[in-house]
Amino acid sequence: MIAIEVGWGTTLAIKTAVVLGIVPLTALILGYVFLLKMMSHMQSRLGPMDPGGFHGWYQLIGDGIKFLQKEDIMPGEADRRVFALAPAIVVLSTFLVFVVIPAGPRIRVASLDSVKMFDGVGVFYALAVSSLSVIGVLMAGWASSNKYALLGALRAAAQLIAYELPLVLAVVGVVIQAGTMSLQGIVHFQQTGSLFGWSGIGFPLILTQFVGFALFMVASQAELTQPPFDMPVAESELVAGYMVEYTGFRFLFFFIGEFGTAFAFAALAATLFLGGWSVPWVHCTAADFLGPAVLFAKVMFVAFLMFWARFTYPRFREDQLQAIAWKWLIPIALANILLTGVLKVAF
Amino acid sequence: MIAENVAFGIIAAAMALGAIGVVRTKNVVHAALYLVVVLAGGAAQFILLGQEFVAWVQVLVYIGAVIVLFLFGIMLTRAPMHPKDSLDNDLRWPAAVTALFLVGILVGLLVHTFHADKIEKLQVNGPVRTGQITNAIFTSYIIPFEVVGVLLLGALIGAVVLARKD
Repeated sequence: MIAIEVGWGTTLAIKTAVVLGIVPLTALILGYVFLLKMMSHMQSRLGPMDPGGFHGWYQLIGDGIKFLQKEDIMPGEADRRVFALAPAIVVLSTFLVFVVIPAGPRIRVASLDSVKMFDGVGVFYALAVSSLSVIGVLMAGWASSNKYALLGALRAAAQLIAYELPLVLAVVGVVIQAGTMSLQGIVHFQQTGSLFGWSGIGFPLILTQFVGFALFMVASQAELTQPPFDMPVAESELVAGYMVEYTGFRFLFFFIGEFGTAFAFAALAATLFLGGWSVPWVHCTAADFLGPAVLFAKVMFVAFLMFWARFTYPRFREDQLQAIAWKWLIPIALANILLTGVLKVAF
Repeated sequence: MIAENVAFGIIAAAMALGAIGVVRTKNVVHAALYLVVVLAGGAAQFILLGQEFVAWVQVLVYIGAVIVLFLFGIMLTRAPMHPKDSLDNDLRWPAAVTALFLVGILVGLLVHTFHADKIEKLQVNGPVRTGQITNAIFTSYIIPFEVVGVLLLGALIGAVVLARKD
Protein backbone atom coordinates (compact mmCIF):
# COMPACT_ATOMS: atom_id res chain seq x y z
CA MET A 1 0.00 0.00 0.00
CA ILE A 2 2.46 2.62 1.17
CA ALA A 3 5.88 1.59 -0.06
CA ILE A 4 8.36 3.22 2.24
CA GLU A 5 11.47 1.23 2.98
CA VAL A 6 12.53 1.75 6.56
CA GLY A 7 15.28 0.02 8.45
CA TRP A 8 14.90 -2.30 11.39
CA GLY A 9 16.04 0.27 13.94
CA THR A 10 13.76 2.99 12.57
CA THR A 11 10.79 0.62 12.64
CA LEU A 12 11.53 -0.30 16.22
CA ALA A 13 11.82 3.36 17.21
CA ILE A 14 8.52 4.26 15.49
CA LYS A 15 6.70 1.31 17.06
CA THR A 16 8.01 2.12 20.52
CA ALA A 17 6.97 5.76 20.11
CA VAL A 18 3.48 4.71 18.98
CA VAL A 19 2.95 2.41 21.97
CA LEU A 20 4.37 5.01 24.37
CA GLY A 21 1.97 7.57 22.94
CA ILE A 22 -1.13 5.39 22.69
CA VAL A 23 -1.19 3.94 26.19
CA PRO A 24 -1.49 7.27 28.09
CA LEU A 25 -3.98 8.42 25.45
CA THR A 26 -6.24 5.39 26.01
CA ALA A 27 -6.00 5.91 29.77
CA LEU A 28 -7.01 9.53 29.25
CA ILE A 29 -9.97 8.58 27.03
CA LEU A 30 -11.33 5.95 29.43
CA GLY A 31 -10.73 8.17 32.43
CA TYR A 32 -12.54 11.06 30.79
CA VAL A 33 -15.46 9.29 29.14
CA PHE A 34 -16.27 6.80 31.86
CA LEU A 35 -14.75 7.92 35.15
CA LEU A 36 -15.46 11.63 34.85
CA LYS A 37 -18.55 11.76 32.64
CA MET A 38 -20.47 8.48 32.71
CA MET A 39 -20.08 7.89 36.43
CA SER A 40 -20.89 11.48 37.33
CA HIS A 41 -24.10 11.39 35.30
CA MET A 42 -25.09 7.91 36.54
CA GLN A 43 -24.59 8.94 40.15
CA SER A 44 -25.93 12.50 39.77
CA ARG A 45 -22.77 14.23 40.92
CA LEU A 46 -21.62 16.22 37.95
CA GLY A 47 -18.29 17.59 39.14
CA PRO A 48 -16.50 20.30 37.16
CA MET A 49 -18.60 21.14 34.10
CA ASP A 50 -17.08 24.49 33.10
CA PRO A 51 -13.37 24.13 32.14
CA GLY A 52 -13.01 24.17 28.37
CA GLY A 53 -16.69 24.87 27.78
CA PHE A 54 -18.25 21.59 26.68
CA HIS A 55 -18.92 19.35 29.69
CA GLY A 56 -15.67 20.39 31.34
CA TRP A 57 -13.55 18.43 28.85
CA TYR A 58 -10.41 20.35 29.78
CA GLN A 59 -10.52 19.28 33.44
CA LEU A 60 -8.64 15.97 32.99
CA ILE A 61 -5.80 17.63 31.06
CA GLY A 62 -5.57 20.21 33.83
CA ASP A 63 -5.47 17.38 36.37
CA GLY A 64 -2.66 15.73 34.43
CA ILE A 65 -0.60 18.93 34.41
CA LYS A 66 -1.29 19.33 38.13
CA PHE A 67 0.12 15.84 38.80
CA LEU A 68 3.30 16.73 36.92
CA GLN A 69 3.80 19.88 38.98
CA LYS A 70 3.47 18.18 42.37
CA GLU A 71 6.46 17.58 44.57
CA ASP A 72 7.89 14.06 44.44
CA ILE A 73 7.46 12.97 48.06
CA MET A 74 8.96 9.76 49.38
CA PRO A 75 8.37 8.45 52.92
CA GLY A 76 11.49 8.75 55.11
CA GLU A 77 11.47 5.06 56.02
CA ALA A 78 10.76 3.91 52.46
CA ASP A 79 13.00 1.55 50.55
CA ARG A 80 13.91 4.19 47.99
CA ARG A 81 14.91 2.15 44.96
CA VAL A 82 12.07 -0.37 45.22
CA PHE A 83 9.60 2.47 45.90
CA ALA A 84 10.72 4.29 42.74
CA LEU A 85 10.76 1.18 40.56
CA ALA A 86 7.30 -0.17 41.51
CA PRO A 87 5.08 2.19 39.41
CA ALA A 88 7.37 1.67 36.41
CA ILE A 89 6.83 -2.11 36.57
CA VAL A 90 3.05 -1.69 36.77
CA VAL A 91 3.10 0.60 33.70
CA LEU A 92 5.57 -1.67 31.89
CA SER A 93 3.17 -4.59 32.12
CA THR A 94 0.44 -2.39 30.58
CA PHE A 95 2.71 -1.28 27.72
CA LEU A 96 3.73 -4.85 26.94
CA VAL A 97 0.12 -6.04 26.54
CA PHE A 98 -0.52 -3.40 23.86
CA VAL A 99 2.29 -4.80 21.73
CA VAL A 100 0.31 -7.75 20.36
CA ILE A 101 -3.21 -6.34 19.94
CA PRO A 102 -3.94 -6.12 16.19
CA ALA A 103 -5.81 -3.05 14.94
CA GLY A 104 -6.09 -4.12 11.30
CA PRO A 105 -4.89 -6.76 8.82
CA ARG A 106 -1.44 -5.21 8.77
CA ILE A 107 -1.57 -2.83 11.73
CA ARG A 108 0.07 -4.26 14.80
CA VAL A 109 3.29 -3.64 16.67
CA ALA A 110 4.36 -7.27 16.71
CA SER A 111 2.20 -10.28 15.98
CA LEU A 112 4.61 -12.88 17.34
CA ASP A 113 3.44 -14.93 14.34
CA SER A 114 6.47 -16.37 12.72
CA VAL A 115 7.04 -19.71 11.03
CA LYS A 116 3.73 -19.80 9.26
CA MET A 117 1.01 -17.19 9.35
CA PHE A 118 -1.15 -17.29 12.50
CA ASP A 119 1.23 -19.54 14.31
CA GLY A 120 2.21 -17.32 17.21
CA VAL A 121 1.71 -17.16 20.94
CA GLY A 122 -0.05 -13.75 20.93
CA VAL A 123 -2.82 -14.22 23.48
CA PHE A 124 -0.63 -16.31 25.78
CA TYR A 125 2.02 -13.58 25.71
CA ALA A 126 -0.60 -10.94 26.55
CA LEU A 127 -1.81 -12.89 29.59
CA ALA A 128 1.77 -13.63 30.71
CA VAL A 129 2.95 -10.02 30.66
CA SER A 130 -0.25 -8.73 32.25
CA SER A 131 0.62 -10.85 35.29
CA LEU A 132 3.81 -8.83 35.85
CA SER A 133 1.89 -5.95 37.44
CA VAL A 134 1.36 -8.00 40.62
CA ILE A 135 5.10 -7.74 41.35
CA GLY A 136 4.91 -3.96 40.99
CA VAL A 137 1.93 -3.80 43.35
CA LEU A 138 3.68 -5.93 45.99
CA MET A 139 6.84 -3.82 45.66
CA ALA A 140 4.87 -0.60 46.04
CA GLY A 141 3.03 -1.84 49.13
CA TRP A 142 6.12 -3.16 50.86
CA ALA A 143 8.51 -0.33 50.00
CA SER A 144 6.08 2.33 51.26
CA SER A 145 6.82 1.22 54.82
CA ASN A 146 3.20 1.75 55.70
CA LYS A 147 0.81 -0.75 57.31
CA TYR A 148 -2.14 0.23 55.12
CA ALA A 149 -0.04 -0.05 51.99
CA LEU A 150 1.30 -3.48 52.97
CA LEU A 151 -2.21 -4.76 53.79
CA GLY A 152 -3.48 -3.46 50.45
CA ALA A 153 -0.60 -5.07 48.58
CA LEU A 154 -1.17 -8.44 50.28
CA ARG A 155 -4.88 -8.31 49.46
CA ALA A 156 -4.03 -7.36 45.88
CA ALA A 157 -1.60 -10.25 45.50
CA ALA A 158 -4.08 -12.79 46.89
CA GLN A 159 -6.80 -11.46 44.60
CA LEU A 160 -4.71 -11.20 41.44
CA ILE A 161 -3.36 -14.74 41.84
CA ALA A 162 -6.86 -16.11 42.41
CA TYR A 163 -8.36 -14.36 39.38
CA GLU A 164 -5.48 -14.99 37.00
CA LEU A 165 -6.55 -18.64 36.71
CA PRO A 166 -10.11 -17.98 35.48
CA LEU A 167 -8.74 -15.25 33.18
CA VAL A 168 -6.37 -17.66 31.46
CA LEU A 169 -8.82 -20.58 31.51
CA ALA A 170 -11.61 -18.44 29.99
CA VAL A 171 -9.40 -17.78 26.96
CA VAL A 172 -8.58 -21.47 26.45
CA GLY A 173 -12.07 -22.14 25.03
CA VAL A 174 -11.49 -19.51 22.33
CA VAL A 175 -8.06 -20.92 21.55
CA ILE A 176 -9.47 -24.44 21.20
CA GLN A 177 -12.24 -23.31 18.89
CA ALA A 178 -10.09 -21.05 16.70
CA GLY A 179 -7.23 -23.55 16.71
CA THR A 180 -4.60 -20.85 17.19
CA MET A 181 -3.13 -18.65 19.93
CA SER A 182 -2.31 -15.86 17.50
CA LEU A 183 -4.63 -12.87 18.01
CA GLN A 184 -4.52 -12.12 14.28
CA GLY A 185 -5.43 -15.75 13.59
CA ILE A 186 -8.35 -15.60 16.04
CA VAL A 187 -9.65 -12.45 14.29
CA HIS A 188 -9.36 -14.14 10.88
CA PHE A 189 -11.21 -17.20 12.19
CA GLN A 190 -14.08 -14.94 13.25
CA GLN A 191 -14.01 -12.89 10.04
CA THR A 192 -14.04 -15.81 7.62
CA GLY A 193 -16.51 -17.92 9.59
CA SER A 194 -20.18 -18.05 8.76
CA LEU A 195 -23.42 -18.51 10.64
CA PHE A 196 -25.37 -21.44 9.11
CA GLY A 197 -23.97 -20.47 5.73
CA TRP A 198 -24.69 -16.73 6.19
CA SER A 199 -21.47 -14.73 6.42
CA GLY A 200 -23.04 -11.32 7.11
CA ILE A 201 -21.40 -10.85 10.51
CA GLY A 202 -18.77 -13.55 10.27
CA PHE A 203 -18.66 -15.75 13.34
CA PRO A 204 -17.97 -13.75 16.50
CA LEU A 205 -16.82 -16.29 19.07
CA ILE A 206 -19.12 -14.85 21.73
CA LEU A 207 -21.89 -16.90 20.09
CA THR A 208 -20.36 -20.14 21.34
CA GLN A 209 -17.98 -18.88 24.01
CA PHE A 210 -20.46 -16.67 25.90
CA VAL A 211 -19.50 -18.45 29.13
CA GLY A 212 -15.85 -17.65 28.43
CA PHE A 213 -16.75 -14.03 27.71
CA ALA A 214 -18.62 -13.68 31.00
CA LEU A 215 -15.74 -15.30 32.91
CA PHE A 216 -13.21 -13.07 31.14
CA MET A 217 -15.17 -9.93 32.00
CA VAL A 218 -15.53 -10.85 35.70
CA ALA A 219 -11.89 -11.94 36.01
CA SER A 220 -10.53 -8.88 34.23
CA GLN A 221 -12.63 -6.67 36.50
CA ALA A 222 -10.90 -8.37 39.45
CA GLU A 223 -7.46 -8.11 37.81
CA LEU A 224 -8.02 -4.36 37.48
CA THR A 225 -8.97 -4.20 41.21
CA GLN A 226 -12.03 -2.21 40.19
CA PRO A 227 -15.23 -2.20 42.22
CA PRO A 228 -16.90 -4.55 43.08
CA PHE A 229 -13.48 -6.24 43.41
CA ASP A 230 -11.66 -3.27 44.96
CA MET A 231 -10.82 -4.78 48.35
CA PRO A 232 -7.06 -4.01 47.82
CA VAL A 233 -7.66 -0.28 47.35
CA ALA A 234 -10.74 0.01 49.57
CA GLU A 235 -10.57 3.75 50.21
CA SER A 236 -12.84 3.71 53.25
CA GLU A 237 -10.71 1.28 55.28
CA LEU A 238 -7.27 1.12 53.65
CA VAL A 239 -7.22 4.74 52.36
CA ALA A 240 -5.94 3.64 48.96
CA GLY A 241 -4.04 0.43 49.68
CA TYR A 242 -0.67 0.12 48.01
CA MET A 243 -0.92 3.58 46.41
CA VAL A 244 -1.35 5.51 49.64
CA GLU A 245 2.19 6.94 49.83
CA TYR A 246 2.47 7.85 46.16
CA THR A 247 2.01 11.40 44.91
CA GLY A 248 2.40 13.40 41.74
CA PHE A 249 4.15 11.77 38.84
CA ARG A 250 4.40 8.31 40.37
CA PHE A 251 0.71 8.31 41.28
CA LEU A 252 0.01 9.28 37.66
CA PHE A 253 1.87 6.12 36.63
CA PHE A 254 -0.54 3.99 38.68
CA PHE A 255 -3.48 5.87 37.14
CA ILE A 256 -2.17 5.25 33.61
CA GLY A 257 -1.49 1.63 34.54
CA GLU A 258 -5.03 1.11 35.82
CA PHE A 259 -6.90 2.69 32.92
CA GLY A 260 -4.42 1.61 30.26
CA THR A 261 -4.83 -1.98 31.46
CA ALA A 262 -8.61 -1.56 31.45
CA PHE A 263 -8.33 -0.54 27.79
CA ALA A 264 -5.97 -3.43 27.05
CA PHE A 265 -8.29 -6.01 28.64
CA ALA A 266 -11.28 -4.49 26.81
CA ALA A 267 -9.30 -4.72 23.56
CA LEU A 268 -8.39 -8.35 24.31
CA ALA A 269 -12.06 -9.18 25.02
CA ALA A 270 -13.13 -7.41 21.82
CA THR A 271 -10.48 -9.26 19.82
CA LEU A 272 -11.12 -12.69 21.31
CA PHE A 273 -14.89 -12.68 21.50
CA LEU A 274 -16.28 -9.89 19.29
CA GLY A 275 -14.19 -10.22 16.15
CA GLY A 276 -11.57 -7.53 16.81
CA TRP A 277 -10.95 -5.17 13.90
CA SER A 278 -12.82 -7.30 11.40
CA VAL A 279 -15.79 -6.25 9.31
CA PRO A 280 -16.72 -9.35 7.30
CA TRP A 281 -17.60 -7.60 4.02
CA VAL A 282 -14.59 -5.25 4.08
CA HIS A 283 -11.30 -6.70 2.91
CA CYS A 284 -7.63 -5.85 2.68
CA THR A 285 -6.85 -2.21 2.00
CA ALA A 286 -10.14 -0.79 3.27
CA ALA A 287 -9.83 -2.84 6.47
CA ASP A 288 -6.48 -1.20 7.12
CA PHE A 289 -8.30 2.10 7.49
CA LEU A 290 -11.59 0.88 8.99
CA GLY A 291 -9.98 -1.66 11.32
CA PRO A 292 -8.73 0.69 14.04
CA ALA A 293 -12.07 2.53 14.13
CA VAL A 294 -14.03 -0.72 14.36
CA LEU A 295 -11.75 -2.05 17.09
CA PHE A 296 -12.01 1.23 18.98
CA ALA A 297 -15.82 1.14 18.83
CA LYS A 298 -15.86 -2.44 20.15
CA VAL A 299 -13.34 -1.60 22.88
CA MET A 300 -15.44 1.34 24.02
CA PHE A 301 -18.51 -0.92 24.17
CA VAL A 302 -16.70 -3.55 26.26
CA ALA A 303 -15.18 -0.84 28.46
CA PHE A 304 -18.68 0.59 28.93
CA LEU A 305 -19.83 -2.80 30.29
CA MET A 306 -16.81 -2.93 32.63
CA PHE A 307 -17.33 0.54 34.01
CA TRP A 308 -21.10 0.08 34.22
CA ALA A 309 -20.50 -2.81 36.63
CA ARG A 310 -17.82 -0.75 38.39
CA PHE A 311 -20.17 2.11 39.18
CA THR A 312 -23.17 -0.07 40.04
CA TYR A 313 -22.23 -2.77 42.51
CA PRO A 314 -20.93 -2.42 46.08
CA ARG A 315 -17.67 -4.01 47.18
CA PHE A 316 -17.35 -7.75 47.87
CA ARG A 317 -15.96 -8.94 51.20
CA GLU A 318 -12.55 -10.63 51.13
CA ASP A 319 -13.97 -14.14 51.77
CA GLN A 320 -16.65 -13.61 49.10
CA LEU A 321 -13.91 -12.56 46.65
CA GLN A 322 -11.92 -15.73 47.17
CA ALA A 323 -15.04 -17.95 47.18
CA ILE A 324 -16.20 -16.54 43.82
CA ALA A 325 -12.85 -17.26 42.19
CA TRP A 326 -12.12 -20.71 43.59
CA LYS A 327 -15.62 -22.18 44.02
CA TRP A 328 -17.39 -20.73 40.99
CA LEU A 329 -15.26 -19.19 38.25
CA ILE A 330 -12.53 -21.85 38.04
CA PRO A 331 -14.88 -24.90 38.00
CA ILE A 332 -17.12 -23.19 35.42
CA ALA A 333 -14.06 -22.34 33.29
CA LEU A 334 -12.81 -25.95 33.45
CA ALA A 335 -16.26 -27.28 32.50
CA ASN A 336 -16.33 -24.81 29.59
CA ILE A 337 -12.94 -26.03 28.36
CA LEU A 338 -14.05 -29.67 28.61
CA LEU A 339 -17.30 -29.00 26.73
CA THR A 340 -15.53 -26.98 24.04
CA GLY A 341 -12.96 -29.72 23.56
CA VAL A 342 -15.60 -32.44 23.28
CA LEU A 343 -17.69 -30.42 20.83
CA LYS A 344 -14.60 -29.49 18.79
CA VAL A 345 -13.75 -33.19 18.37
CA ALA A 346 -17.41 -34.16 17.77
CA PHE A 347 -18.01 -31.60 14.99
CA MET B 1 25.27 -15.88 15.04
CA ILE B 2 27.27 -12.94 16.35
CA ALA B 3 24.22 -10.94 17.42
CA GLU B 4 22.85 -13.94 19.29
CA ASN B 5 26.17 -14.52 21.03
CA VAL B 6 26.40 -10.88 22.13
CA ALA B 7 22.80 -10.98 23.40
CA PHE B 8 23.51 -14.24 25.21
CA GLY B 9 26.56 -12.70 26.88
CA ILE B 10 24.69 -9.62 28.06
CA ILE B 11 21.72 -11.59 29.40
CA ALA B 12 23.99 -14.17 31.03
CA ALA B 13 25.97 -11.40 32.77
CA ALA B 14 22.73 -9.82 34.03
CA MET B 15 21.56 -13.23 35.29
CA ALA B 16 24.86 -13.86 37.06
CA LEU B 17 24.75 -10.43 38.75
CA GLY B 18 21.14 -11.08 39.76
CA ALA B 19 22.08 -14.47 41.18
CA ILE B 20 24.92 -12.94 43.19
CA GLY B 21 22.45 -10.32 44.42
CA VAL B 22 20.08 -13.05 45.61
CA VAL B 23 22.67 -14.54 47.94
CA ARG B 24 24.52 -11.34 48.88
CA THR B 25 21.67 -9.07 49.97
CA LYS B 26 20.69 -8.82 53.61
CA ASN B 27 17.08 -8.09 52.76
CA VAL B 28 14.79 -11.05 52.03
CA VAL B 29 12.48 -9.01 49.81
CA HIS B 30 15.44 -7.73 47.79
CA ALA B 31 16.60 -11.31 47.35
CA ALA B 32 13.22 -12.27 45.88
CA LEU B 33 13.36 -9.25 43.55
CA TYR B 34 16.87 -10.16 42.37
CA LEU B 35 15.48 -13.61 41.62
CA VAL B 36 13.03 -11.92 39.22
CA VAL B 37 16.04 -10.68 37.21
CA VAL B 38 17.46 -14.21 37.05
CA LEU B 39 14.15 -15.75 35.94
CA ALA B 40 13.47 -13.00 33.39
CA GLY B 41 16.96 -13.64 32.01
CA GLY B 42 16.06 -17.32 31.71
CA ALA B 43 12.95 -16.37 29.71
CA ALA B 44 15.09 -14.15 27.46
CA GLN B 45 17.51 -17.03 26.82
CA PHE B 46 14.58 -19.25 25.81
CA ILE B 47 13.55 -16.61 23.26
CA LEU B 48 17.11 -16.59 21.89
CA LEU B 49 16.74 -20.35 21.38
CA GLY B 50 13.48 -19.82 19.47
CA GLN B 51 11.34 -21.28 22.27
CA GLU B 52 8.70 -18.55 22.57
CA PHE B 53 6.08 -20.67 24.30
CA VAL B 54 8.49 -21.91 26.97
CA ALA B 55 9.71 -18.33 27.50
CA TRP B 56 6.22 -17.00 28.22
CA VAL B 57 5.43 -20.01 30.41
CA GLN B 58 8.52 -19.01 32.40
CA VAL B 59 7.16 -15.45 32.74
CA LEU B 60 3.59 -16.49 33.58
CA VAL B 61 4.44 -19.28 36.03
CA TYR B 62 7.71 -18.22 37.65
CA ILE B 63 7.57 -14.42 37.66
CA GLY B 64 3.79 -14.06 37.69
CA ALA B 65 3.01 -16.74 40.26
CA VAL B 66 5.99 -18.32 42.06
CA ILE B 67 7.80 -15.06 42.87
CA VAL B 68 4.50 -13.48 43.87
CA LEU B 69 3.91 -16.38 46.28
CA PHE B 70 7.48 -15.92 47.63
CA LEU B 71 6.89 -12.20 48.21
CA PHE B 72 3.45 -12.90 49.65
CA GLY B 73 4.85 -15.44 52.09
CA ILE B 74 7.79 -13.22 53.10
CA MET B 75 5.57 -10.19 53.66
CA LEU B 76 2.99 -12.19 55.64
CA THR B 77 5.63 -13.54 58.01
CA ARG B 78 8.67 -11.28 58.36
CA ALA B 79 9.85 -8.55 56.06
CA PRO B 80 11.88 -5.99 58.03
CA MET B 81 12.59 -2.83 56.04
CA HIS B 82 16.07 -2.32 57.48
CA PRO B 83 17.31 -5.70 58.70
CA LYS B 84 20.03 -5.61 61.37
CA ASP B 85 21.15 -9.23 61.33
CA SER B 86 22.96 -10.82 58.46
CA LEU B 87 21.13 -13.67 56.75
CA ASP B 88 24.29 -15.77 56.56
CA ASN B 89 24.67 -19.03 58.46
CA ASP B 90 27.55 -21.45 59.04
CA LEU B 91 26.84 -23.79 56.16
CA ARG B 92 29.24 -22.24 53.62
CA TRP B 93 31.34 -25.33 53.05
CA PRO B 94 28.43 -27.78 52.65
CA ALA B 95 26.81 -25.24 50.32
CA ALA B 96 29.97 -24.98 48.23
CA VAL B 97 30.20 -28.77 47.96
CA THR B 98 26.54 -29.03 46.92
CA ALA B 99 26.97 -26.27 44.33
CA LEU B 100 30.05 -27.94 42.82
CA PHE B 101 28.22 -31.27 42.77
CA LEU B 102 25.28 -29.67 40.92
CA VAL B 103 27.56 -27.94 38.41
CA GLY B 104 29.32 -31.26 37.80
CA ILE B 105 26.05 -33.09 37.14
CA LEU B 106 24.74 -30.36 34.80
CA VAL B 107 27.99 -30.09 32.81
CA GLY B 108 28.21 -33.88 32.59
CA LEU B 109 24.63 -34.18 31.35
CA LEU B 110 25.10 -31.41 28.75
CA VAL B 111 28.30 -32.96 27.42
CA HIS B 112 26.74 -36.42 27.42
CA THR B 113 23.65 -35.23 25.54
CA PHE B 114 25.11 -32.86 22.96
CA HIS B 115 28.79 -33.95 22.65
CA ALA B 116 30.36 -31.50 20.21
CA ASP B 117 27.15 -30.27 18.54
CA LYS B 118 27.07 -26.55 18.01
CA ILE B 119 23.91 -24.63 18.78
CA GLU B 120 23.51 -23.66 15.08
CA LYS B 121 22.85 -27.28 14.20
CA LEU B 122 20.26 -27.69 16.92
CA GLN B 123 18.32 -24.56 16.07
CA VAL B 124 15.35 -24.98 13.77
CA ASN B 125 14.46 -22.37 11.20
CA GLY B 126 12.79 -19.77 13.39
CA PRO B 127 10.76 -20.31 16.54
CA VAL B 128 9.47 -23.68 17.64
CA ARG B 129 5.73 -24.10 17.22
CA THR B 130 3.58 -24.56 20.29
CA GLY B 131 2.06 -27.58 18.57
CA GLN B 132 5.45 -29.29 18.38
CA ILE B 133 5.92 -28.89 22.12
CA THR B 134 2.47 -30.27 22.97
CA ASN B 135 2.96 -33.16 20.56
CA ALA B 136 6.27 -33.99 22.23
CA ILE B 137 4.74 -33.81 25.71
CA PHE B 138 1.73 -35.95 24.89
CA THR B 139 3.54 -38.59 22.84
CA SER B 140 7.26 -39.09 23.56
CA TYR B 141 7.20 -37.71 27.10
CA ILE B 142 3.73 -38.75 28.25
CA ILE B 143 4.95 -40.98 31.10
CA PRO B 144 7.31 -38.42 32.69
CA PHE B 145 4.54 -35.84 32.27
CA GLU B 146 2.00 -38.02 34.10
CA VAL B 147 4.55 -38.88 36.81
CA VAL B 148 5.21 -35.20 37.43
CA GLY B 149 1.45 -34.65 37.61
CA VAL B 150 1.07 -37.35 40.29
CA LEU B 151 4.08 -35.93 42.17
CA LEU B 152 2.51 -32.45 42.21
CA LEU B 153 -0.80 -33.91 43.41
CA GLY B 154 1.05 -35.70 46.21
CA ALA B 155 2.81 -32.47 47.18
CA LEU B 156 -0.50 -30.58 47.20
CA ILE B 157 -2.23 -33.13 49.42
CA GLY B 158 0.82 -33.24 51.68
CA ALA B 159 0.73 -29.46 52.02
CA VAL B 160 -2.96 -29.55 52.97
CA VAL B 161 -2.34 -32.29 55.55
CA LEU B 162 0.61 -30.39 57.08
CA ALA B 163 -1.32 -27.11 57.20
CA ARG B 164 -4.41 -28.54 58.88
CA LYS B 165 -4.44 -28.14 62.64
CA ASP B 166 -7.09 -30.74 63.54
